[in-house]
Amino acid sequence: MSANELTLADRPRLSARARMQYDAVREKQVLLFPEGLLVLNETAAAILALCDGQRSVAEIAAELGARYSRPVDQDVMNLLNRLVQKRLVEAQVVEPMAHADDR
Amino acid sequence: MIDRPYGLLAELTYRCPLHCPYCSNPMNLADFGDELSLEEWTRVLAEARELGVLQLHLSGGEPLQRRDLADIVAEAHRLGFYSNLITSALSLTPEKARQLKEAGLDNVQISIQAADADLSDRIAGTRAYDRKIAAARAVKALGFPLTLNYVLHRHNIDQVARLLELAEDLGADRVELANTQYYGWALHNRAVLMPTRAQLERIEPVVRAAIDRLAGRMQVLYVFPDYYSQYPKPCMGGWGSRQLTLRPNGDVLPCQAADQIPGVAIENVRRRSLAWIWDDSPMFNRFRGLDWMQEPCRSCPRKTIDFGGCRCQAFLLTGDPAATDPVCHLSPRHAVVADVIEAVTDAEADTDFAYRSLQREAANVGQPGMPATLASNMRQPSAAPPSD
Repeated sequence: MSANELTLADRPRLSARARMQYDAVREKQVLLFPEGLLVLNETAAAILALCDGQRSVAEIAAELGARYSRPVDQDVMNLLNRLVQKRLVEAQVVEPMAHADDR
Repeated sequence: MIDRPYGLLAELTYRCPLHCPYCSNPMNLADFGDELSLEEWTRVLAEARELGVLQLHLSGGEPLQRRDLADIVAEAHRLGFYSNLITSALSLTPEKARQLKEAGLDNVQISIQAADADLSDRIAGTRAYDRKIAAARAVKALGFPLTLNYVLHRHNIDQVARLLELAEDLGADRVELANTQYYGWALHNRAVLMPTRAQLERIEPVVRAAIDRLAGRMQVLYVFPDYYSQYPKPCMGGWGSRQLTLRPNGDVLPCQAADQIPGVAIENVRRRSLAWIWDDSPMFNRFRGLDWMQEPCRSCPRKTIDFGGCRCQAFLLTGDPAATDPVCHLSPRHAVVADVIEAVTDAEADTDFAYRSLQREAANVGQPGMPATLASNMRQPSAAPPSD
């Protein structure tokens, strides 16, 4: 990660200060954090649901790309970088040399 | 289709160990002694969730003065709120903080009055600084996110760089550099609190540089004083739109100062459901939408951006709650604000504060800027005052 921007190998997860939950009143997933909140559209909610600290950005994009039958790499990167900047998402940085698989 | 609220400001009590002269609480503090019980708060919180509230701000006065605070927090957590404690932290010991964490509290916001103990304690009217610092460290050690709230005014605004250093030293996640807003005790003390234009210009580059430098590490929120702005603030995100305020005695208001506007009944959760109050009460509907607006707001392209500013401020400064907020340079009554700014002196030594106090005598003081005929007409809360 450089200058707070994610790479495809990083494994994002929600920050401990943030919480995603379903809001029955607005029938939307919301992201709650200190004295603020974001009402999430379907794509954003789907992306964040996969941010478990295990999946890499590339894996998240691949999974959603298959689900929506279109490339979502840019959507995923844009959203996650915005949330990293707001410190709502953190990434386990994975150094390229240590990456074991053949991606 | 009326908006669903996102945030509830729960003023649990008006008791407080501090005496800050910029407090936004009403001056008749002693009239709110008949506090909602835990059972009543439990019911109200459930109603608030059903209404759509997600962010709960536990405040006051000093919320730690409630012995049942951990129970309120636990209930809030059970109901699915994101809970924020807005506190002076005077009695926020590590044990108390741990208890609140276990109860499910999500975020802690601590106020600090200045960058050094001497000035901080002088503004707060009591020794507090050292305990605030200790509380901030305890809060971080427990893994809470920490917001530091600095209310800015003439006497501490020059310390902005040191306030930011202190925030970094304490590991704050968020910092609010909030210029005083003039309601309640702050309005009463306005003449000794208002910063000079020179002070604001001096700190502007310091604040901007810090925001850039800390981006991605610490969120810095800077609230510029609206008296010096060209346009008014979009108060509360609109009347009865995103937020509501609940007072210790169960009065429900669209904002902290709305009780000052006469002509409409103040509703109370002891008599009405929160849903009815939000959706149907005359109070909450009074300034919803755009139909109530006068010119120049009515024809202004900014009307959906700032809603004509603050209704309470319009009333307090002009006598008409439907008027354009006179901080707006387009307001025909803008001279009211311009005159206040003109009269601001460099008298830094002048700290002749009326300190926040529960004493009834202080509550009878009229508010500057209010037309004389209205000054003696301070509105009483909806409930009968407690018998002493």
